[in-house]
Amino acid sequence: MYTQGLDSLGKECLHTTAADSAALEAHFQGKVDADDKIEPKDWMPDAYRQTLIRQISQHAHSEIVGMLPEGNWITRAPTLRRKAVLVAKVQDEGGHGMYLYSAAETLGISREQMVEQLLAGTAKYSSIFNYPTLTWADIGAIGWLVDGAAIMNQIPICRCSYGPYARAMVRICKEESFHQRQGFEIMLTLARGTSEQRAMAQDALNRWWWPSIMMFGPSDASSQHTAQSMRWKIKRFTNDELRQKFIDTTAPQAQFLGLTIPDPELRWDEATQHFRFGEIDWREFQAVIKGNGPCNRERLEARRAAHEDGRWVREAAAAHADKQQARAARAAA
Amino acid sequence: MANDWPLYEVFIRSRSGLEHKHVGSLHAADASMAVEHARDVYTRRQEGVSIWVVRSSDIVASDPDDADALFEPAKDKVYRHPTFYTIPDEVKNL
Amino acid sequence: MSEQHARFRYLLRLGDSSLVLGQRLGEWVGHAPTIEEDLGLANLSLDFIGQARLLLTYAGEVEGRGRDEDALAFLRDAPDFANVTLAEQPNGDFGRTIVRQVLLDAWQFETYEALTASTDTRLASIAAKALKETRYHLRFSSGWLVRLGDGTEESHRRVQQSLNELWRFTEELFTPDEVDTTLAADGVAPQLAELQARWSARIDEILGEATLTRPPAVPYPWHGKRGVHTEHLGHMLAEMQHLQRTYPGARW
Repeated sequence: MYTQGLDSLGKECLHTTAADSAALEAHFQGKVDADDKIEPKDWMPDAYRQTLIRQISQHAHSEIVGMLPEGNWITRAPTLRRKAVLVAKVQDEGGHGMYLYSAAETLGISREQMVEQLLAGTAKYSSIFNYPTLTWADIGAIGWLVDGAAIMNQIPICRCSYGPYARAMVRICKEESFHQRQGFEIMLTLARGTSEQRAMAQDALNRWWWPSIMMFGPSDASSQHTAQSMRWKIKRFTNDELRQKFIDTTAPQAQFLGLTIPDPELRWDEATQHFRFGEIDWREFQAVIKGNGPCNRERLEARRAAHEDGRWVREAAAAHADKQQARAARAAA
Repeated sequence: MANDWPLYEVFIRSRSGLEHKHVGSLHAADASMAVEHARDVYTRRQEGVSIWVVRSSDIVASDPDDADALFEPAKDKVYRHPTFYTIPDEVKNL
Repeated sequence: MSEQHARFRYLLRLGDSSLVLGQRLGEWVGHAPTIEEDLGLANLSLDFIGQARLLLTYAGEVEGRGRDEDALAFLRDAPDFANVTLAEQPNGDFGRTIVRQVLLDAWQFETYEALTASTDTRLASIAAKALKETRYHLRFSSGWLVRLGDGTEESHRRVQQSLNELWRFTEELFTPDEVDTTLAADGVAPQLAELQARWSARIDEILGEATLTRPPAVPYPWHGKRGVHTEHLGHMLAEMQHLQRTYPGARW
């Protein structure tokens, strides 16, 4: 199915005339406008394909890299139940990465190529995972804020135009709700705990709040891809719309926890029925995106090490499979 | 990723009585590993499922351009659909 | 030795072995050779943590001093842990982890299978659930040992070396002591000699398929089952227990 998709890449250029191209494009856009799904073997504009490959693989990389900051606390989880839940959550993230790599492969890129891009530092992944997890409360903050922001981003994509991506997102969203609840429950336990635990929770909120709202990306005014992505129904809401929704939802939750969001300008605006908030420091965001966040190097180093250290294992498995095939062929002969 | 780990498509029957559904793909070195991976990736929240894995290269698919030729004739054969038949309201379970 | 004390110690041996193994496998998350293997090892870790919770909870009840699963896991020091020494050995490379896993999966398989007939019905039902998991673990680990043993020259060399180095810890698995004899007498726990024969045969079969050589027997009398551990356990517990020790009495 998909390997045939690989073969057909470029065939379009070879024998479609300009008139044919226009017709194909119109038919394609018609389907998108009618909320029909585009499937792997359907004709699609090359830019649509490339945008999806970029977006889906970035999303997949984020899930995989995201296993590291949380995985950091598995061996130190403070109860057996918390340990088990954290392992399950991190495992889910690995699974989500796999669903997404799988969806991206339907578009003509291989897993190997995507992994190479990540390890070479040429692929992007969500900025948030370049921050360190310094205390147990960070695990709560990540579940509550980072997964919360991710859910807000992801639910609209369940209705995106590309079938495999939409279906992967549906599967992911079903599994995601436990992640956010787990995180919030940790924050609640800490907020209601000893004074040291409360301080731990507040400290985590102080460090994770701004990076979390930066997850929604640059403001609409400075976002290049948004308009075209919305026409193609790869993106259903703008960055600012999602960011506002997240803040409106989360601010009351912080209040419930008895914790203070580290934004002195955050206040409810009765007229607009939204929370107003302070200026985001986009310089920090740019620095992290460019590779100069607190943990960018460590994250990539860890993934490179896993890949390199595991090379002999993957080779052995492939060699064994070849041997088995050869034996079976000899036996049949 | 693994040099020679081929791509497999995964089909899962989540409950007895249902058909196998295509859920995605994964890489594995051999069929046995593919089944184990499918279990680990696609059935983490369920018990008692059935898993089929097929090498992607073994799947034969129709071409969307052939859709009209393959599927158009069925639109004429309207008597395959239950709505073609009028059943009196008193008859239940039909 | 009182029967109650023997049962408490026995449950700790099983529970601590699962806990320590679960902890070791948790260290792999995010670092496995493929994402697929990452998920597989995480599944194993979850199973072992689950077994540990059931066994340690029961152990605490048998002891009767009000200690729950977390009190036992996070507030005992190394000499009070009763896991088999093999479980606490470091992960090393993926092959070493797999070798350790095969040896322990085969041990758990015989043990849990025998325990499904235990006169202690609660232990029997824990064992029945764990046995289902262990069947899968054994399939996973033995499958990998065969791939690595009969893969490339490098993979063969690596796992043979790991096998040679870990073999000395297998003696402990079937060496009976007063705990075992006390419980075998009333059908709570099995006779270890029978288990050993089956374990040995299964290991021979797997090693054969993996083209690996069974190392010669090595006496190794320092047994974790009796609280005599290697240096590794202390470091593992320091990491695992850190939060509970630093914030005594806090709820998490």
